[in-house]
Amino acid sequence: MKDAKQQTMEQKWQGDMKIIVGVKRVVDYNVKVRVKSDGSGIELTNVKMSMNPFDEIALEEAIRLREKGVATEVVAISIGSAISQETLRTALAMGADRAILVVDKRVLEPLEVAIVFRELVKVEAPNLVIFGKQAIDDDSNQTGQMLAGLLGWGQAAFASAMNVKNGEAIVEREVDAGVQTIAVRLPAVITADLRLNEPRYASLPNIMQARRKIIEEKTLSELGITYKPHIKVLKIEEPEARQPGIRVNSVAELVKRLRQEKNLL
Amino acid sequence: MHLSTTRESMEFDVVIIGAGPAGLSAAIRLKQLNPTLSVVILEKGAEVGAHILSGAIIDPIGIDTLFPNWRKEEDHPFKTAVTQEHFLILGEKRAWKIPNMLIPGVMSNRGNFVVSLGGVCRWLAQKAERLGVEIYPGFAGIKMLYNAVGAVAGVATGDMGVRKDGSHGLNYTPGIELMGKYVLIGEGACGSLAKELIAHYALDRKSCPQKYGIGIKELWEVDPVRHRSGLILHSVGWPLDKRTTGGSFLYHMKNNKVSVGFVVHLDYRNPYLSPFEEFQRFKTHPTIRNVFIGAKRIAYGARALTEGGWQSVPKLVFPGGALVGCAAGFMNVPRIKGVHNAILSGITAGEHIALAIASGRAHDEIIGIEDSWRMGPIGRDLLPVRNLKPLWTKYGTKFGVILGGFDMWCHQLSGFSLFGTMQHKKTDAVMLDPSFMHDPIKYPSPDNILTFDRLSSIYLSGTHHRDDEPSHLLLKDKELQEKSELGVYSGPSTRYCPAAVYEWIEDGNSRRYVINAQNCIHCKTCDIKDPNKNIEWIPPEGRGGPLYFDM
Repeated sequence: MKDAKQQTMEQKWQGDMKIIVGVKRVVDYNVKVRVKSDGSGIELTNVKMSMNPFDEIALEEAIRLREKGVATEVVAISIGSAISQETLRTALAMGADRAILVVDKRVLEPLEVAIVFRELVKVEAPNLVIFGKQAIDDDSNQTGQMLAGLLGWGQAAFASAMNVKNGEAIVEREVDAGVQTIAVRLPAVITADLRLNEPRYASLPNIMQARRKIIEEKTLSELGITYKPHIKVLKIEEPEARQPGIRVNSVAELVKRLRQEKNLL
Repeated sequence: MHLSTTRESMEFDVVIIGAGPAGLSAAIRLKQLNPTLSVVILEKGAEVGAHILSGAIIDPIGIDTLFPNWRKEEDHPFKTAVTQEHFLILGEKRAWKIPNMLIPGVMSNRGNFVVSLGGVCRWLAQKAERLGVEIYPGFAGIKMLYNAVGAVAGVATGDMGVRKDGSHGLNYTPGIELMGKYVLIGEGACGSLAKELIAHYALDRKSCPQKYGIGIKELWEVDPVRHRSGLILHSVGWPLDKRTTGGSFLYHMKNNKVSVGFVVHLDYRNPYLSPFEEFQRFKTHPTIRNVFIGAKRIAYGARALTEGGWQSVPKLVFPGGALVGCAAGFMNVPRIKGVHNAILSGITAGEHIALAIASGRAHDEIIGIEDSWRMGPIGRDLLPVRNLKPLWTKYGTKFGVILGGFDMWCHQLSGFSLFGTMQHKKTDAVMLDPSFMHDPIKYPSPDNILTFDRLSSIYLSGTHHRDDEPSHLLLKDKELQEKSELGVYSGPSTRYCPAAVYEWIEDGNSRRYVINAQNCIHCKTCDIKDPNKNIEWIPPEGRGGPLYFDM
């Protein structure tokens, strides 16, 4: 006999299934990133910003689950200053049902982001949280894992294919030895890898409609979060410039120069 | 061109193509005059400013008209006034400075500002959006839509997610139709829709052929001790030979940035000439190179500009809309400026269209736009300088510049020109000589400190096109390209293209033409200079192209 709790859980899968997707505003992947001349950070003035590509994949997967009738609601959430509304408008144009902006101008470290999402999970009560596996600006690759830990939920990181049924997510992960398939009981946290899907284009009519939608706003204090950062960025520097190559005329010359100038061979 | 058969359609009062200075100014003026109008702007770049490239020095006359109180605002982009200007004639080792008192008054830059035109456009876009203009970057207008009586009724955007072979990808998204009572075309020089409209309505019936130049630009962060905010420098002469015309600009902006660029007029004759290499050589001149000691190049780009001026401006209006800005061609060659005229033309179009809509009109020809520009400030700007470009082309740099200067003085003092109105007779494409008439030019190799190759340069332009999309550079006749472009002209496309898009690759005994469309920075030079007009530039999928940030 199933206990009452399990029964309500199963009912829940057949009824409402809500997915939260975290989307981050980052420097567009086509931008040639430049370090500020004083080494204090990356030059962001007038630089094109976009939704983190892995988050776009996460969002696409959530929208597909809703379109397949598996999920009923997709909520896109971002943390940032008012300008991050742009990213959420993109999410709405792609097909998210609602958008929430947690307004904060600072750069948050992964643990703090995970705590913010833990608090939002308490409010929104989703069955699934999907993130991109990492943001392309800081490459931390930590938030999804930390959130699963904080919530005591299962997790499937680096998903390259997934399917949700009967309260489980069947997830394929590309590991060194091949493809690993795992089943994770929901609620769970999944992080999206590059090959999970190819995100759709936001069509012009959908972009127009998204501009009229309301983006809910919250602050850290409303969520009851006080946080002392554990990490301080000391400096950022560009990789050393590559020396221009030279052309040699013969193998003999190559060997000679490698010996004499580089002390090799 | 990829057009789906079933497209959604949306109605607006005015549809504007291109979020440059002309299109944005037109939109702003429309909303200033009538806030209830629905005005939409499509921009093919990934964001406003992404495809904008200019020197730039701006004469504030246009902005003064649009926002009379802009100087009292804090966030305006005109922070660097021109403080000092030099005009140089360069020889290989030496430079002669033309005393400012000899320079015709129209060429003075007193009261003008050094800006990033991308920054100006972002500022204008914010203003426009606050007035309720809807701006959609990432969408190209690719085809005009006509109504039953042959007037323009709207514009179609391109489909997205089409594969190289023309089939639909998994995320295929059809384009839509934006219908408007009037459509304004502000695509900049050699716009693809403007080309279609000029041909369709024979708008150039009474004007000379349009003439073009290619401007190649780099942005540098220089050593603060070598930086003089507001100092500007123009030059003619070396490294171009005396039959090839063009010149350089070098502007000290704020924050230790220096904008440096080179314009080569596209009526050059020698098919071995490479505008890119001429620019790289220019930077090595003894009077120029010192600015770049200890400096770092941070951006690169190129764009064609119109140079025909007064004589080449086509009829601006057609039933259902008008051309604005450099889609028509309001560049003033000796002043090396067109932005002020682009803004003024946008304002004029906006005013006339607001009036027409208020009186219930739609899809008709607004002849008032046509009648007012030659008599108004744009005409007053372009008329006195109309002979410089033809004189320069005809007599080369040495005598052309002197004669042109003399003519402008004459106009300034007497109101008349010695030469009447000289005509441009030929398109730039037919000016190219067969290669046997010239010797190949040996350009120095790049040192990767001051001078660079094209591939490392386009890397700095942030250029991107989706891997699997169809090429947006159409070769009309493959055989002709091999027989003529290669056989007669020795492959000028491999040199005039500033983004290394075109290559002739040896393939056994034959040569294969490769078009690396993904490198294209949308300058449109190929569409202008191919000797047989055999290459056509069409807009690629929206968001494709360069990602300029402060050009």
